[in-house]
Amino acid sequence: MKENMMKKQIMAILISGLAMTSFANAAEYNSIQADKSSLAFVYKQMGVPIDGNFKKFAVQLNFDPTKLAAAKAVLDIDLTSIDAGSDDANDEVAGKEWFNTKAFPHAKFESSSFKSLGVNRYEVTGKMTIKGRTQTVSAPFTFNPQGLVDGVFVLKRADYAIGEGSWSDFGTVANEIQIKFHFLAKAK
Amino acid sequence: MQTMKPLQKLNFSNRYTSVAIGLHWLMALLIISLFAVGLYMHELPLSPWKLQIYSWHKWAGVTAFLLVMIRLVWRFTHSPPPLPINMSKSAEVAAHIGHGLLYLLMIAIPLTGWLMSSAKGFQTVYFGIIPIPDLLTKNKELGNVLREVHETLNFVMIAIVVGHAGAAFKHHFFDKDDVLTRMLPKRKH
Repeated sequence: MKENMMKKQIMAILISGLAMTSFANAAEYNSIQADKSSLAFVYKQMGVPIDGNFKKFAVQLNFDPTKLAAAKAVLDIDLTSIDAGSDDANDEVAGKEWFNTKAFPHAKFESSSFKSLGVNRYEVTGKMTIKGRTQTVSAPFTFNPQGLVDGVFVLKRADYAIGEGSWSDFGTVANEIQIKFHFLAKAK
Repeated sequence: MQTMKPLQKLNFSNRYTSVAIGLHWLMALLIISLFAVGLYMHELPLSPWKLQIYSWHKWAGVTAFLLVMIRLVWRFTHSPPPLPINMSKSAEVAAHIGHGLLYLLMIAIPLTGWLMSSAKGFQTVYFGIIPIPDLLTKNKELGNVLREVHETLNFVMIAIVVGHAGAAFKHHFFDKDDVLTRMLPKRKH
């Protein structure tokens, strides 16, 4: 009986070990699990950090950590799905001075290159387009063998004319917006 | 020779101390401005001005709370001048209840403002520099309840403030005692 148990345990360990290695070798990650992924941001208003996030976004992925030259990522954000921290803010940021979501309902990021920064650490560079304005941005991120992608970078709202007119002064709403992405990538 | 140190400085004068007078009028100014600004600001459409004035209201509220703490320390270590001897028992009781309620509200109102702010997801950052921890996490329903509480307590306080000022005028013009003048800064003759 006891021996049987032992055997079973050893088998289980072997199988899980095999599964792990095959998972790690599963080359390319192609999609993300939406319910385990988030796209959040923090902005400062009168020195007060406010949390927000986008509820709807799509990620197209071709990411193999061993083939970074061929890696590609496209992020499409539904700007109408924003939660900027309060109902007032959500109404406001849809307007012309902010995202003008009627004319520009989506924001898009398209990667142009990936590079390695060390063990499980990478940096992506690409073109970010918001409100018809395109800028090159880079974001460092971590990627672990379980497919968890975590990164933070700072976006300057003025680069995309997010917050025009009376809002263009950074005294009330700061220029720097911290973007935090957390994706669970899946291999096919 | 040993001298006894009383906990409270006995006040044989019929006047308030200059610290008490200063704190009283500073609080009066803060309470009235905070009330007026609070009434004005909540109807404003979202704008940089609204965000600024909300922050100023919160900073002033935190300041009022700190001043009340100082005031309480002063009150517990200094006895106020006695009420006029010709006051009726019921008037004395009313005066004590009124003053007690004012102290209570001066503490409760800033606290509910801070809690409301936390529940609505806006941390209070004193002067935009010193973050005051959030006791509550973001909760829209609770935020709305606390907003109601904050507003109601303010209207109760303003009613008592009006009664307080009315009573002071009654003492001055009808009873012709020194209840009002002893809270005024000393005139130099």
